[in-house]
Amino acid sequence: MVAPIPGGALIAVDRLFLHERMGSVALQALAASGRKVADPKRVFATMDHIVDTRPGRTGTLVAGGQAFLDATRTMTRAAAIRLFDIGDADQGIVHVIGPELGLALPGSTIACPDSHTCSQGAIGAFAWGIGSSDAEHAMATGTIRMQRPRTMRITVTGRLTATAKDLALHIIAAHGADGGQGFAVEYAGDTVRAMDVEARLTLCNMSTEFGAVTATIAPDDTVIDWLRGREFAPKGALWDRAVAAWRTLASDEGATFDREIAIDAATVAPMISWGTSPEQSVAFGAVASSNAYMSVTGTVAGLPIDVAFIGSCTNGRLSDLRRAAALLGGRHVAPGVQALVVPGSSAVKRAAEAEGLDRIFIAAGFEWRESGCAMCFNAGGETFAPGSRVVSSTNRNFEGRQGPGVRTHIASPETVAASAVMGVLTDPRRLSAPSLAA
Amino acid sequence: MTVFPPVTTVTARPAPLRRDNIDTDAIIPSREITSVGKTGLAAGLFAGWRYRAGTRDPDPDFVLNDPRYAGTAILLGGPNFGCGSSREHAVWALHEYGVRVVIAPGFAPIFAANCVRNGVLPLVLDAAFVDAPLTVDLAAQTVVQEERVWTFAIAAEAKTMLLGGLDAIDLTLNDAPAISDWTARDRVARPWIYIAAAV
Ligand code: SF4
Repeated sequence: MVAPIPGGALIAVDRLFLHERMGSVALQALAASGRKVADPKRVFATMDHIVDTRPGRTGTLVAGGQAFLDATRTMTRAAAIRLFDIGDADQGIVHVIGPELGLALPGSTIACPDSHTCSQGAIGAFAWGIGSSDAEHAMATGTIRMQRPRTMRITVTGRLTATAKDLALHIIAAHGADGGQGFAVEYAGDTVRAMDVEARLTLCNMSTEFGAVTATIAPDDTVIDWLRGREFAPKGALWDRAVAAWRTLASDEGATFDREIAIDAATVAPMISWGTSPEQSVAFGAVASSNAYMSVTGTVAGLPIDVAFIGSCTNGRLSDLRRAAALLGGRHVAPGVQALVVPGSSAVKRAAEAEGLDRIFIAAGFEWRESGCAMCFNAGGETFAPGSRVVSSTNRNFEGRQGPGVRTHIASPETVAASAVMGVLTDPRRLSAPSLAA
Repeated sequence: MTVFPPVTTVTARPAPLRRDNIDTDAIIPSREITSVGKTGLAAGLFAGWRYRAGTRDPDPDFVLNDPRYAGTAILLGGPNFGCGSSREHAVWALHEYGVRVVIAPGFAPIFAANCVRNGVLPLVLDAAFVDAPLTVDLAAQTVVQEERVWTFAIAAEAKTMLLGGLDAIDLTLNDAPAISDWTARDRVARPWIYIAAAV
């Protein structure tokens, strides 16, 4: 905290991430105001939102989108900001590459003009999404004026047999898409402690769908071991000093929160959304309501799908791809279903290829793409036919989110893979795979 | 520097748009954002609902196409208004259209922050208004409709910024010495934060 302000604080921003869709707007507005970037070494930019993800890509398929790519390139160069451009080995979805590159560090503050910035709280950071004006403010001053959020702790205990995505949807379905509105959420409990970093990133990712300002998980050995040696993480003696500081960060046992929620992990089953808000989700087997836009009445399992999409900042990491591939090995996508995998970063893509996951996906009938946000949202580029039913490992099932008239069901990568094979929305437990046998 | 007109008192017949979870994709679909700027967005406001599919023909069933509400300065939203993407274009589009106040039982936090940066008052109130003009008085923190008066709460900082039409960057730069002192100390305490980048 740099200085108090009424109701909050002026806080220093350790990492400001920009992407071409919103970062370009903030950079241009800053330049137009005649102000300079205070510390370009703390600002990083990537191309993810509207870049083409087809093999051999050169730009964007969004009409008018090239201007956003061009502006991002020109403006980051002028301001000496590091840009992970198309073709850069480090390019990827901003919330995937922040942690992956060791740019997101425990105890750091991370802001980005993107609502899913809260994902990066999984590293033990204070990470939150902002608008373009606040991104401009962060560049000009190195700080953000922040109102103090209320605090909530969600304690999850017991053995989780479903995925982190299912847990996130379970929480939102139980407490509402505004259940965490205005809160800084901390996830705790032995279930969370037992999660690997990628699962934690998925859990924190969807906190914005819960209405939260930010989400965090206290840093522990799991995070520290995961960060060691990453490209931008401190090295040598500085690493040791940083780790010593990070070990003091966990909120103390007696900390009080404005609201506490307890979740029994044993009650969490594979989830599927049926409506047009993430809160409109149910466990497979439970009865959904009706939704006219989604053309859903009562039951979702068994509805025929047109598209299966694996990717996004929620579920586009290596472990997500591994789990989906484990279900797909030796199987094939049902006739008439378009299936795609879009790795969350170029590094995820390379790692998956090194393990042969690309060959499993391709043999199963999936398209294997370059990294980016792709069809997680529709900016006017590639989309699906109006009325088509999509099962998607993304985070938002809003009306029109993946294109005009497109019906999105959000679920785990396992559910997407199982549904792709069956051609209908399918509980992944119905497909035997060693990794899922209970 | 004033970046937008101050919000003081606003009187209008509010347009009721009482759906839950109206998201920023609905307020302005991403495909309506075609230039790297903050303007030219009003035509895309609520485009998915406002026009018949695939056209620019107004859908008469949408509230802003009703002449009684067209061009209103006040919107009545439902719970969790402005959820979804952080795109500030949602607020720029509302402002350009003429909206100065959105009244809703609750707002998504990034949307509410974006409103305050752009001269739109996110007014948290869950009240049964009638279909008649109402007046919002920010200084008094009241909403008045016919004989009824409601009061509302607002964070002090948001109130000051909106009433003054203040630029947050200017305000913060008044604290520039505090920022540089803090940063100098932090470079010593957490040097690993400052060594990361190489262009
Ligand atoms: S993958 Fe989807 S949710 Fe994530 S940053 Fe990209 S567009 Fe947003």
